[in-house]
Amino acid sequence: MQPALVSNEELAVELGAEAKSEITRDGIPTFWLAPNEIHEVVRRLRESVPRPFKVFYDLTAIDERARRNRNGRSAGDFTVVYHLFSYERNDYVRLKVPLDIKHPSVPSIVDIFPAANWYEREVWDMFGIAFEGHPHLTRILMPRSWQGHPLRKDHPARATEMGPFVLPDEKLDAEQEALRFRPEEWGMARGREDTDFLFLNVGPQHPGTHGVLRIVLELDGEEIVNAVPDIGFHHRGAEKMGERQTWHTYIPYTDRIDYLGGVMNNLAYLTSFEKLAGITVPPRGQMIRVMTAELFRIISHLVWYGTFAQDVGQMSPVFYTFNDREKAFSIIEAVCGARMHPNWFRIGGVAQDLPRGWDAMFRDFVNYLPARLDEYDRTIMQNLLFQARTKGVGGCTIDEAMEWSMTGPNLRACGFEWDVRKKQPYACYDQLEFDIPTGKTGDCYDRAIVHVEEMRQSLRIIRQCVDQMPGGPCNAEHPLTTPPPKARTMHDIETLIDHFLGVSWGPVVPAGEAFAAIEATKGNNGYYLVSDGGNGSYRTRIRTPSFAHMQMLPLLVRGLMIPDLLAILGSLDFVLADIDR
Amino acid sequence: MINLYPLLIIAVVLFIVLNLAAGLIWVERRLLALWQDRYGPNRVGPFGLGQVLADSVKLFLKEDWIPPFADKGVFILAPGIIVATAILSFAVIPLAPGFVVADLNIGVLFLLAMSSLGVYSVVLAGWASNNKYSLLGGIRASAQMLSYEVFMGLSLLGVVILAGSFRLTDIVEAQRKVWFVIPQFPGFVLFLIAGVAETRRLPFDLAEAESELVAGFHSEYSGMKFGMFFVGEYIGVILISVAISLLYFGGWLGPVLPPGLWLAIKTMTFICLFILMRAGLPRPRFDQLMSWGWKYLLPLALLNLLVTGAVVLALS
Repeated sequence: MQPALVSNEELAVELGAEAKSEITRDGIPTFWLAPNEIHEVVRRLRESVPRPFKVFYDLTAIDERARRNRNGRSAGDFTVVYHLFSYERNDYVRLKVPLDIKHPSVPSIVDIFPAANWYEREVWDMFGIAFEGHPHLTRILMPRSWQGHPLRKDHPARATEMGPFVLPDEKLDAEQEALRFRPEEWGMARGREDTDFLFLNVGPQHPGTHGVLRIVLELDGEEIVNAVPDIGFHHRGAEKMGERQTWHTYIPYTDRIDYLGGVMNNLAYLTSFEKLAGITVPPRGQMIRVMTAELFRIISHLVWYGTFAQDVGQMSPVFYTFNDREKAFSIIEAVCGARMHPNWFRIGGVAQDLPRGWDAMFRDFVNYLPARLDEYDRTIMQNLLFQARTKGVGGCTIDEAMEWSMTGPNLRACGFEWDVRKKQPYACYDQLEFDIPTGKTGDCYDRAIVHVEEMRQSLRIIRQCVDQMPGGPCNAEHPLTTPPPKARTMHDIETLIDHFLGVSWGPVVPAGEAFAAIEATKGNNGYYLVSDGGNGSYRTRIRTPSFAHMQMLPLLVRGLMIPDLLAILGSLDFVLADIDR
Repeated sequence: MINLYPLLIIAVVLFIVLNLAAGLIWVERRLLALWQDRYGPNRVGPFGLGQVLADSVKLFLKEDWIPPFADKGVFILAPGIIVATAILSFAVIPLAPGFVVADLNIGVLFLLAMSSLGVYSVVLAGWASNNKYSLLGGIRASAQMLSYEVFMGLSLLGVVILAGSFRLTDIVEAQRKVWFVIPQFPGFVLFLIAGVAETRRLPFDLAEAESELVAGFHSEYSGMKFGMFFVGEYIGVILISVAISLLYFGGWLGPVLPPGLWLAIKTMTFICLFILMRAGLPRPRFDQLMSWGWKYLLPLALLNLLVTGAVVLALS
C-alpha cells in the first residue's frame, strides 16, 4: 500500500557519512545520528536536500534502559526520535539520537522548525531530556511542581505504586505559589510604554474552550496582544498506559484519545500495529472498518458543526446536529452495543461481523443526512451574521500551516489538497471514490466549508461500502489475530494451545517498530509503536493533530478580539483528550 | 375620600407585568425547545407550568452571596436599577383606552429615558463585580447602548411627527385610519433593532455572550440578585414588545375583540419574535455591531426623519 519509498541509501548519501541507516518494519528511512549532528542534519533535510522535508511531524523519545532486544543498535539510555515529512516525496524520514543518562541533552531544532517547540517541551517534561537553545523549556503536560519524568521507565505507572498522597501545609503553600500567575514566566510583558495590558484567564473552566483548556490572554482593550495556551489538564498518561497494557487490551484506551472519533482511533492504532506485526486484514474486515470509521468522522464533524455555531452565538444548531449524531450512534449501537467508545476493532479485523439488517440502517442514514446538511447550510453557512463572524478571521497561508504542522481539514482549508486516504491509502480507501474538499484562505469559514463537505464525502464513502461490501471472513488468518480463531480449537491441540495463549497472554510481537498515520477526524493521527518482543508495547507514542493545532493558536489570534478567539477555537476542531493524551 | 382608582391601576399593571415576566421564563424555554426539536420543561405541573414557581422558589432560597472582592453597595444596587427602571416605564404605557397609570404628555420621552437608565444597571454590575469578564461585559454594554440609544430615539420621531404628540394614547388614537407600521416601515425596523439591542438579547447579547464572557456582566451574581437581572430582562422584552405594538401596530385598536386583548395578542407576537430571534441568530462581534450602528442605522434613522418631516410638511 505504501507508495514507492525513497531508498535509504539515496538519502544516506545526501545526509553524508555520519548517518547510519536502520531497516524498520514500516519502511520509513531511519537514520542514527550523534547528538551534535542532529541540528545540522535537520537543517539540511529541511533546506538543502532535493525535495526537502518541510514538515516537522513528530518528536518523541524512548527510555531504552529496560530494553532487552536492541538488535545490535546503540547502547544509549534514551533515544530521541524525530519524524519529518515531505509532501513532495510523500514520505517520512525518521532520525534517532542515542543519549546517555549522564548527559540527557540534544540541541533544539526550534530555530529550524518552530512547531518543534511544544514537542521538545513534552519530551523534556516526560523524559527529562533537555534541548539546548530552546526558548522556553518548561513542563507542558504535567504540573510545574511535579517531581520526576513520567515516561521514564523508573517512574511509577500506577498511583498505588507512588505511596499515599499527603498534603502538608508547606506543600500546599508551595503548590499554591506555583500556581501564581506571573506574565514574565509565560513570555508576556505587563504592558507597552503607553498602556498596561489586561490578563484574562480563559479556562480551564470556560464554556467556549470545549473542555479543560486554559488560555492566558494578554489584552489591550478587547484586542488580543498575545495568547498562551496552557494544556495538560486532560493528561491521563495514555502513552504510559500503553506500556502497561498488552497489545490487545490497549485498544479501548485508544477510543478515548480523540473521544469524538470512536473507532477512528482504533483504526489509527491498528494500522500501525498491523504494520508492525505484518498482518493483512481481509477485504471484508477492511471495508467494515472504513465504513464505521467514516460514520465516526460524520459523528465527530456533527459535534464540531453544532458547537462551532454555538461558539459564534447561534444557539439552536447544536441541538439539530446532536439529534443527527444520535441517529448515527443508534447504528453504532446496533452494530457493537457501544456508542461513543465502541472498542470494536481487533487485531486483524473487527470484533464481530455486522449484524443482520445492517445495510438498511446505514442506507437510511445515508439517505437521511444530506437533506439535513442542506438545511444546516441555509441556517448556518449562509447566515450573514455567521459569515461576518467567520470570514477573514483566523486565516493562515499554506506555508504557515505547514510550518506549524497543521494537518487534516484545517490544512485543506488553506487550499492544500492533501489527504492521507488518497495519498497514502490505507485500509481499502484505494478502492473507494471520494473527493478532497479544499478551501482558499484557511479562515474559519473555509474550515467550515471543508468540514461540511467532508461529511458529504464520508456519506459517499459509506454508500459505496454498503454497496460493495465483500463477503468472506472479517478477521485475518494470522497467528497474532486477537482474539484468535476458535473454530478448530476442539479439533487439534496446537490450535487450542495457541488460542489459550492468545486469549490469556495476548499476542507476542517480535522486536521492532512501526509508525503509521491515518486521516483521522481532526487531522493526522499516528501511532509510533515499539516492540521489545513482548506481549505489550515497549513504547507507545501517539501523534495527535490537535496538539499541533493548539500550538498554532497564538499565531492565529494575535491582533484579533476575544469573540474571534472563540470562533477560531471552534473552527479548529480540537478535542482536549487529543491534545493532552 | 382618597381616590383608589389610580392605585388599583398600579396594582393591576404590576400584577400583569411581573407575572408575565415570570411566565415568560416558561414561554421562552418551551418555545426554544419547540424550535430546537426537544421538550423543554414539561415535568412540573401541567405543561411544566409549575417550573415558573419552582424556579422562583429556587432563586429566592439560594444563598445570597456577595463576593468579598466586590464593591458591596453598588453590587446590590445594580440589579435593583434594572427592575426599577423597567417597571417605571410601564407607568406611561396604556394597556387599554384610559387604563394607564400616568398618561404623560411626554410619554415617549419618558419611555426612552427610563430604558436608557437601565443600562446603568449593567455597567454598574460589571464594574462592581470586580471580575474581568464582568468588566468586559459592562464595557460592551455601555458601548452598545451609546450606539443604539441614539437612533432608537430618532427612529421614533417619525411616529411622533405623524401623530403630532408624544403622548402614547394620542399616538394610538392617531392610527385609527392606518397603522404607523405602513408609513413608518423603516422607522419600525430601526426601532425593532434598537429595541432588541436595548434588551441585550441575541443577537445583541454581547454584554452577556455566554460563549465568550461566561456570563458577562452578571458572572458573579447568584440567587435572587441574578433573578432580578433575569426579571429585568423579561420586563424589558415585554416593554419593547408593547411599545412596538402601541407605536406601530395600532395598540389596542382592532375589530370585535376587546381592546386589552388586542394589545395582548400583538405584544405576545413580538415577544415570540424576540424568542425566535434568540433561537435563530448568531452573535455579531462588538466592533461590527458598533460600525453597523453608526455607519448604517443612524444615517438611515436620520433619513427617515427627514423624509417623514418633508412629506408631512408638504401635505399640510
